[in-house]
Amino acid sequence: MPRRKGAPEVNAGSMADIAFLLLIFFLVTTTIETDAGLDRMLPPIEPPDTDVIIRQKNIFTVNINKNGQLLVEDQLMDLKDLREAAIAFLENGADGTCNYCKGRRDVSSSDNPTKAIISLKNDRETKYSTYITVQNELVGAYNDLRNRESQRLFNRDFTDMESEYLNPETPSSIRDDLKDKVKRVQDMFPQKLSEAETTSN
Amino acid sequence: MAKFAKKKDGDLPAVSTASLPDIVFMLLFFFMTVTTMKDSSLLVENTLPNASEIKKLEKKDRVIYIYVGKPTREYQKVFGTEPKIQLNDKFASIGEVGSYILAERAKKPQELQNVLTTALKVDKDANMGLIADIKQELRKVNALKVNYTTYEGNAFNNLQ
Repeated sequence: MPRRKGAPEVNAGSMADIAFLLLIFFLVTTTIETDAGLDRMLPPIEPPDTDVIIRQKNIFTVNINKNGQLLVEDQLMDLKDLREAAIAFLENGADGTCNYCKGRRDVSSSDNPTKAIISLKNDRETKYSTYITVQNELVGAYNDLRNRESQRLFNRDFTDMESEYLNPETPSSIRDDLKDKVKRVQDMFPQKLSEAETTSN
Repeated sequence: MAKFAKKKDGDLPAVSTASLPDIVFMLLFFFMTVTTMKDSSLLVENTLPNASEIKKLEKKDRVIYIYVGKPTREYQKVFGTEPKIQLNDKFASIGEVGSYILAERAKKPQELQNVLTTALKVDKDANMGLIADIKQELRKVNALKVNYTTYEGNAFNNLQ
């Protein structure tokens, strides 16, 4: 029998079928996870040693009842107006020390952004989705103000800078540069969002 | 000339499928890299609310997950329809949250133990009472960094 030259060629025609099978397996078994959300810090359980006296006008109270209605500064408010009201409160700047605030300088509202505190309370029967919407609007109020100042100072949105800063793939030289900028804008409008224990009635 | 055989008219040349495996493999690798295997099966309904001001949770190894929601249909006969907490692969009561967090924290490498985030994956129909209890438990074990995991979207869609 005459010997053939070289090894016989393997038929690769079914390679596509095998690959398709694997592809379909991965398509079916995996889910693209949605891992994004609202970052929040809880208050530590031990009360601070020294009592801090906060003036009533520096607190912006938001209450959510079990039907999802909002009571903001003792007045019923629609959820759509919350962001604007929070912005107006945060940049009110009554004591005049805040030179970047564009608020009305109303003496009965907050002194300056570093003193302004938003206090959020909810009922035990409040729906989680309503709570998230309110949280979203309050975080949005801070982000809107920070974006505005960030645009003025660095011509760039704060949220954009922050996400690049937090992204682990950003090279460290850019990160160091961003760190100061992010910190500076954060200090202009520090996020002071207090969540007291919930009430049941 | 006889050397050049006349091509038959109307006969389509066959499309070469030799590169088909390459294309499919490319797709396969794409899906293999962008998807993550589910590590625990869900026992609760988990339709997250929408929010627009979200931050991405980078680094999966620094996250501890807590699921909350109504038990899914096959578990409703046993566990009822009230929202429950799911830790790992089983239902848990409020008192177990603290020890779960501590156990998960102890599993992580030393240098990560102080930078852990607790991701709360809560169904949008759950009540805040349960969430408040969980938050209280988290404060007790000093796991203060939380992330309310949401879908990206208009937050006002939650209200419908």
